Amino acid sequence: MPRPLSARDRPTSPHLQIYRWQIGNSLSILHRLTGIALALGLLALCYWLMSLAGGERTYALAAREFASPLGRISLIGWTFAFLYHLLNGVRHLFWDMGKGFERTQRHASGWFAALGAVALTVCIWVFIWRSGP
Amino acid sequence: MSLRSPMGRVLGLGSAKDGTAHWWAQRVSAVALIPLTLWFAISLLTLPALDYGTVRLWLSAPLNTLLGVLLVAVLTYHSYLGIVVVIEDYVHSAGSKLLSLLLLRFLHVLVGGAGIFAILRVAFGS
Repeated sequence: MPRPLSARDRPTSPHLQIYRWQIGNSLSILHRLTGIALALGLLALCYWLMSLAGGERTYALAAREFASPLGRISLIGWTFAFLYHLLNGVRHLFWDMGKGFERTQRHASGWFAALGAVALTVCIWVFIWRSGP
Repeated sequence: MSLRSPMGRVLGLGSAKDGTAHWWAQRVSAVALIPLTLWFAISLLTLPALDYGTVRLWLSAPLNTLLGVLLVAVLTYHSYLGIVVVIEDYVHSAGSKLLSLLLLRFLHVLVGGAGIFAILRVAFGS
């Protein structure tokens, strides 16, 4: 008697624990992590907007939160998360059009998104630090 | 010809009558967010200062109000679409999946609604 279909030894996709770590899956995971971080960033953005609508006093309170060490670290984190999610998102859009699937193209665009996001984050915060108080 | 198995049909599994709608919505909102987020980031970086008066004046200019409302709306939509996939991937029990999806939907409407309300309040005065 044949065994039921579900019990047969069919090939399964590699599970996360035995998956060899490489740039492709790392950047994919980073895309999701930065997406989750940016969802929290949306919360912060709307809090900031509400403080602006609340008046001068609530705005000053929010500004103090963002200027605190934790606030600053979060803002720098969100800057990187935004830039990476943007660059890697464009990479995904090219894939959706069927372009850039070659191994060398995938790796080059991946490194471009990751290193580009780091470089732009540094540039932006140097700019803020030099022009700010 | 149907690609669905007889067992799947008996169990009521198969097509969720949803097709590629979610996938498309995610891409379209992503494309819309490229100019909107860049406009917002560049605007904030090039404002002379980020004090109360300057930011209020900037945000209440008609074009900035419009783009601000669109930014928060599309951002909230895109965030919701993304978080839903994360929940569907990692929350396995039907009860907590339903509960967290419902909760996240409410949270997104609340946060997005607050953001849009705040921009309109700044633009039209209290």
